[in-house]
Amino acid sequence: MRLSFSRELLISIANKESACCRIFSMNRQDQVITLIVILLVITFTCLSFFLFPNIGNTAEEKTIILPKLHKAAEENIAVPPPPFSEDIFPCSDCHGGRATNPQRRKLDEPHDNIVFEHDAQHRWCLDCHNATDRDKLHLANGTLVDFKESYILCGQCHGDKLRDWKVGVHGKRMGSWNGKKTYLLCVHCHNPHSPRFKPLQPLPPPVHLNKPKILSH
Amino acid sequence: MEQNHSQTDSGQCPVSRRHFLKGAAGVISALALGACDAKKLEELMQKHFHEMSKEELARAIARLESEYAEKYKTAIKVDATGPMEHTLFGYALDLSRCIGCRRCVYACVKENNLPREPQIHWIRVLELDKEKGVDLAHANSYYDAETVPREGHFYMPVACQHCKHPPCVKSCPVSATWKEPDGIVVIDSNWCIGCRCCMAACPYGARHFNWADPQIPPNEINTNTHYLGNRPRYKGIVEKCSYCIQRTRQGLYPACVEICPVGARKFGNLLDPESEIRYAMETKRVFILKEELNTQPSFFYFYSL
Ligand code: HEC
Ligand code: HEC
Ligand code: HEC
Ligand code: HEC
Repeated sequence: MRLSFSRELLISIANKESACCRIFSMNRQDQVITLIVILLVITFTCLSFFLFPNIGNTAEEKTIILPKLHKAAEENIAVPPPPFSEDIFPCSDCHGGRATNPQRRKLDEPHDNIVFEHDAQHRWCLDCHNATDRDKLHLANGTLVDFKESYILCGQCHGDKLRDWKVGVHGKRMGSWNGKKTYLLCVHCHNPHSPRFKPLQPLPPPVHLNKPKILSH
Repeated sequence: MEQNHSQTDSGQCPVSRRHFLKGAAGVISALALGACDAKKLEELMQKHFHEMSKEELARAIARLESEYAEKYKTAIKVDATGPMEHTLFGYALDLSRCIGCRRCVYACVKENNLPREPQIHWIRVLELDKEKGVDLAHANSYYDAETVPREGHFYMPVACQHCKHPPCVKSCPVSATWKEPDGIVVIDSNWCIGCRCCMAACPYGARHFNWADPQIPPNEINTNTHYLGNRPRYKGIVEKCSYCIQRTRQGLYPACVEICPVGARKFGNLLDPESEIRYAMETKRVFILKEELNTQPSFFYFYSL
């Protein structure tokens, strides 16, 4: 319907037959009548905006004043502390006096539990951990990063994920949708040494109400 | 005969037919109840939610609270907080992330006092074939496995879509269900007559019927409830997701958002351009379920990859 209507309109415009053009080809009397009608329509339309201010505004289409935005969104977000295992932090307790060994190797106590499978061909511990101050991480350019901000480190190589994380689409926000939130670090969900998200055991399926008792034997 | 009488009478009688019937019904039921059960009578005479004054609503709530206290042996708070201004709730679920672990299903059960017996789940998680895509005809919600996700499958949780044009609301003969200004489609459990027209009308299977008196272990009751949401329900009425109205109207995320271990669930104000839900809608591939029905859900599915 709408399609054919607009096509006709297009054709009439193409043929220069629009209403406007036709007025000039009318006789005097018709011209006057047409103009009066047009004037009347215009005045009535203008008036109607004052008389019926709600015209065309259904309840759903009311002008919406946007809410006061939480401009300081970042300030409203708290990040829970890094999920260290017990007694591992500060690292400097042990590493303070230890010589650094940058060799790729099978690690002994206390790190024998670390399985490293994060782009392991190309990477090793000290690409992320700082050699001299073991309580810090470091970026490719040498900038030190606190464990509380390890997402900056991850963002170096996973920029798209960091961007989505910052706006709340990757990862998870908790707390208040219009106020204070907490935001999990990347490492709350991804083990930095073996980052693939681990499969979970599902909770039980719903009871099948329609399954006849006899068949369930 | 009957009809004739009422027609001739209506002109002269000082008591209108409607009033008379209402009074008579009240008296008869009061007699039937032994006339002494004032609470039952009050329940019977309760007005529609929209027609109750503040005082009447407060009275109805006090009545419910004492009724619940008696039944569940704990103090249950029934709140009736209204919608916030300039708020239109929306939900977005990331299908690239969901792994079908059903944590949300049971967080919802707990938060919203869902009947454990006979079991009702407001959220159903569908397991779908990656090869077939979103093909509801082959969805399976009864999957069980050691671990999820299962090879070759993806998962799609479905609950009430809080449509802009909710067919369930249109189909309710007694206006026991309606759409609130903040977008939540609610049910008044005391007004529902259990005809289940809404269940037939809902294309998402989101509404559930209490076939028997809903059983909840008293120590698992969430005592923080809303009149239009998670307060305990009754036998013979319909219930469904309320976007955790008791939480979201206090500014909190719904329980399913809080529990989701993969962070697939996004909730917020669609009118707030800085909300995560708006960002998802503006930058990701988004779709709605059964778009062709023009129900216009406020629940969106998206792919972050
Ligand atoms: C209980 C003492 C102890 C603590 C605490 C400790 N480490 Fe170590 N760390 C060791 C020992 C011992 C080795 C050497 C293991 C080997 O060579 O097999 C080592 C090795 C390492 C290495 C390999 C490179 C090197 O210098 O040998 C890294 C990287 C490392 N630790 C990081 C950390 C970080 C990061 C923390 C804190 C989160 C930490 N460690 C906490 C004892 C500790
Ligand atoms: C991709 C960067 C990266 C690499 C490579 C890396 N780590 Fe880590 N590591 C981290 C981050 C980030 C954390 C902080 C996790 C947290 O906040 O709990 C961490 C935490 C640790 C911890 C503390 C873990 C715990 O149990 O709490 C130890 C020990 C550690 N790393 C040792 C190592 C060793 C040894 C290697 C080399 C085999 C290594 N890391 C390689 C990023 C890395
Ligand atoms: C120096 C670059 C670099 C840094 C820093 C880095 N990653 Fe990665 N990451 C990679 C590469 C390359 C891959 C893909 C290789 C692979 O699949 O093993 C990857 C893969 C991943 C994957 C996908 C794993 C899979 O198997 O699906 C996750 C999740 C991940 N990284 C998370 C993190 C997190 C969290 C951090 C911060 C602690 C981080 N990455 C820091 C380079 C990096
Ligand atoms: C709430 C938990 C959570 C948090 C927090 C989180 N992720 Fe993820 N991430 C996931 C899940 C779930 C997947 C999907 C994993 C899969 O499919 O195997 C994923 C996947 C990824 C991948 C693999 C590529 C992809 O899209 O599947 C990368 C890389 C990644 N995350 C990086 C990050 C970084 C960087 C951060 C922090 C800025 C982060 N994640 C924070 C849960 C999380």
